[in-house]
Amino acid sequence: MPANLLEARSLTMNFGGLTAVVNLSFQILKGELVGLIGPNGAGKTTVFNMLTGVYAPSEGSVYLENELVSSLKPHTITQKGIARTFQNIRLFNDLSVLDNVRIAFHSRSSFPIFDAVFLTPRFFKKEKAIYDNAMELLGIFGLADKKDEKAKNLSYGQMRRLEIARALATNPKLLLLDEPAAGMNPQETEELTELITEIREKFDLTILLIEHDMSLVMKLCERIMVLDYGILIANGTPDEVRANRRVIEAYLGGDV
Amino acid sequence: MGILLQQIVNGIALGSIYALIALGYTMVYGIIRLINFAHGEIYMIGAFVGYFALTAFGLPFWVSLLLAMVIPALLGVLIERVAYRPLRSSPSITVLITAIGVSLLLQNLAMLWFSPDPKTFPQIFTRAPFNIGGVRITFPQVIVLATSVLLMIGLNFMVQKTKIGKAMRAVSQDKEAAKLMGIDTDRIISFTFAIGSALAGAAGVMVGIIYPRIQPLMGTMPGLKAFVAAVFGGIGSIPGAMLGGVIMGLTESLVTAYISSTWRDAIAFSLLIIILLVKPAGILGKSTREKV
Repeated sequence: MPANLLEARSLTMNFGGLTAVVNLSFQILKGELVGLIGPNGAGKTTVFNMLTGVYAPSEGSVYLENELVSSLKPHTITQKGIARTFQNIRLFNDLSVLDNVRIAFHSRSSFPIFDAVFLTPRFFKKEKAIYDNAMELLGIFGLADKKDEKAKNLSYGQMRRLEIARALATNPKLLLLDEPAAGMNPQETEELTELITEIREKFDLTILLIEHDMSLVMKLCERIMVLDYGILIANGTPDEVRANRRVIEAYLGGDV
Repeated sequence: MGILLQQIVNGIALGSIYALIALGYTMVYGIIRLINFAHGEIYMIGAFVGYFALTAFGLPFWVSLLLAMVIPALLGVLIERVAYRPLRSSPSITVLITAIGVSLLLQNLAMLWFSPDPKTFPQIFTRAPFNIGGVRITFPQVIVLATSVLLMIGLNFMVQKTKIGKAMRAVSQDKEAAKLMGIDTDRIISFTFAIGSALAGAAGVMVGIIYPRIQPLMGTMPGLKAFVAAVFGGIGSIPGAMLGGVIMGLTESLVTAYISSTWRDAIAFSLLIIILLVKPAGILGKSTREKV
């Protein structure tokens, strides 16, 4: 039985009078690939924001490898091993493709200001290692030849891939993908599906993904959680979820 | 022609001081969207640290310069920590007013501690000019220019090549995303204040060598002019602040020579109004749409 990687206990998020997520509890096992789906406004991105520390949950807590992380700052949570991409792409637009990835690599180690100021050999050695790692990652994502391009000049599909590459550079245990296939055509979605499978094995990742493209979700995910108005209404294999009456109601509305 | 060249040399020397101050404005604005009106006072403190290091402690020039950068840097970090950080999620007008308050506080503390009487900055370099093609260049001007250029090259290297520089650029572009890439944004903001304040401190010493009269209110006018320079170059843009500073210095020195020194400040600030009307983003700035 694989170990528990992430555990959310009774997460609740209130925004003023609006409760976006209600008493949500779930676990993710090491190595799992889990989908988080639900109609628009169901609270999926809010869940991501709580897991990564962008929002402090109104109630409840998040544990990563049995360590409480929900009280930590976002950058510390990232260093502990949760990385994410964004629904609306948020790359560092004016930095080069290479620098976008390098920045994320940098977060793993402390800033050696002394080395940088005095340009010690260690500085160059570290920079070289980071460069090599970054280039390898860009190679996997088919972006190696774009390394000097500014991020904002990439095509849409390339930006989406760069976001994933940047998240991977933080060396995560758990990767959160927020609608990675949004805006992609069927062929790009197909390629993305293969890419996710590939990086999952190569980097020994556990993945939680939000996605509206059901073909991708059904094909890729071993387990699917369904959120509706902030409440977890289903949690099971793709086949179970597909047959679940409450899920069908949530998506199609009313009685079916 | 001789006069023109002469004024250009004077203008560039003065302009490089404005540029050093303007860099602090622009870097802080770039990273937390705050016009730090206490920045001129940091420059004043730098001048006084340099003064005391040279006179009371009799330290060599380069050591004094270093001290006049380190102490303002620490002060800048402290101000950010106690005055601005608690207001991180407040409306920007609140932080702006706080900055004005900090500025007044520092001016008055300086008057209390250093007395309001002007002090004469020690003359460590010979003022005998040497002639190059009919243009008189003084040794202090050379020192000012060389130091400023070195500092700016160093800054550029740091921002472009080092990882803390890249982290600074990342934070200025998207603070939330930077946090989620594992960047400790509070630390980067502290670091930005440290660098900006160190440059202002250096500018304080530079001005002491060219115009050797320092007093607690000396920061106001150069602070405002450096702010104009930063806006002129495009606030948030580092090369813009350098360019804006030099243009500001040149304008002042040409106006003084060809029109009248009484018009100097009026023209400097008219420049601000004109830029804001014609090209609000500044020469090297990008017009950005506010995110909704």
